[in-house]
Amino acid sequence: MQNELVQYTLRLGDNALILGQRLTEWCGHGPILEQDIALSNMALDQLGQARMLLQYAAQLKGEGSTEDALAFFRQEGEFRNLLLLELENGDWGKTIARQFLFDTFNYFQYTALLQSEDETLRAIAQKAIKEVTYHAQWSAEWVIRLGDGTDESHKRIQEAVDSLWEWANEMFVADAVDELMLEKGIGVNLTEIHALWEEKVAQVLAMATLQMPAETWAQTGGKQGDHTESLGFLLAEMQSLPRTYPEAKW
Amino acid sequence: MSNKDNWKIWEVFIRSRNGLSHKHVGSLHAPDAEMAIKNARDVYTRRSEGINIWVVPSDEITASNPDESEPLFTPADDKVYRHPTFYDIPDEIGHM
Repeated sequence: MQNELVQYTLRLGDNALILGQRLTEWCGHGPILEQDIALSNMALDQLGQARMLLQYAAQLKGEGSTEDALAFFRQEGEFRNLLLLELENGDWGKTIARQFLFDTFNYFQYTALLQSEDETLRAIAQKAIKEVTYHAQWSAEWVIRLGDGTDESHKRIQEAVDSLWEWANEMFVADAVDELMLEKGIGVNLTEIHALWEEKVAQVLAMATLQMPAETWAQTGGKQGDHTESLGFLLAEMQSLPRTYPEAKW
Repeated sequence: MSNKDNWKIWEVFIRSRNGLSHKHVGSLHAPDAEMAIKNARDVYTRRSEGINIWVVPSDEITASNPDESEPLFTPADDKVYRHPTFYDIPDEIGHM
């Protein structure tokens, strides 16, 4: 049970950390100043959530583990984030599509975590839900504007949603850890969240004049530590400083 | 985003707390009013600067002509009696 709770918390924390790190790549490269700042804000929100979750995971693990040790001194195979979040940013459309598919899921996930039996996860959810709600609104607005924008933006965002669909499916594939956490009242019901997510996504895509992709298989493995080749490069950049100068202080 | 040059410029006004008026804080680019509010939230309220945002398309603002400053403003310069400086404002009044 303790081990499953650590795994569950790491998944939440790694999702926030890896997506946050990906979003920071847009800093200074956004299509326009305002969007650059918006994405950097969201990256910081994600990193803030990652810190709370990794602190909790470190505390549960004990043995002198710390948030920094978890973020900077774990290997690729020890990360538990969804594959969707480690994929390269691609163009603005792909970044927005990924953000929308995940933010919508994350909104329902954190809403459910507000009722978690685990006091710390509940408290983290209370803090995170406000940020997550804003992210979900923001990315949905962007999907609508790109979909219902120019021919080029419509084409690109549709391609992005189509190409990310199989990766998004991983969010709803429950394994033994998810099932135990649900049974204990700590974790969320992914089947219920899938239904809510599908309804919301269908609604936004319709407003955006975009097609809902056909049902497809799910890319899986991220939650268990089997990652794509993209994660290694991301970690190499993120971890290089503390690994080169382990005693470095800000 | 090939047509980002067509994005309008919006003037942003923030109410910093209840009882205070909205105050002009700057401008930004956005494709429409809703996104202008979101952009304003991200650009101008990151450090808890506000509780309410107004956005106004910049081209909807009519400004006075600087060349007309003299007739518009200098007549007020020698009429100090128009300032309420001869009264003490009780603290309870708060922001006027």
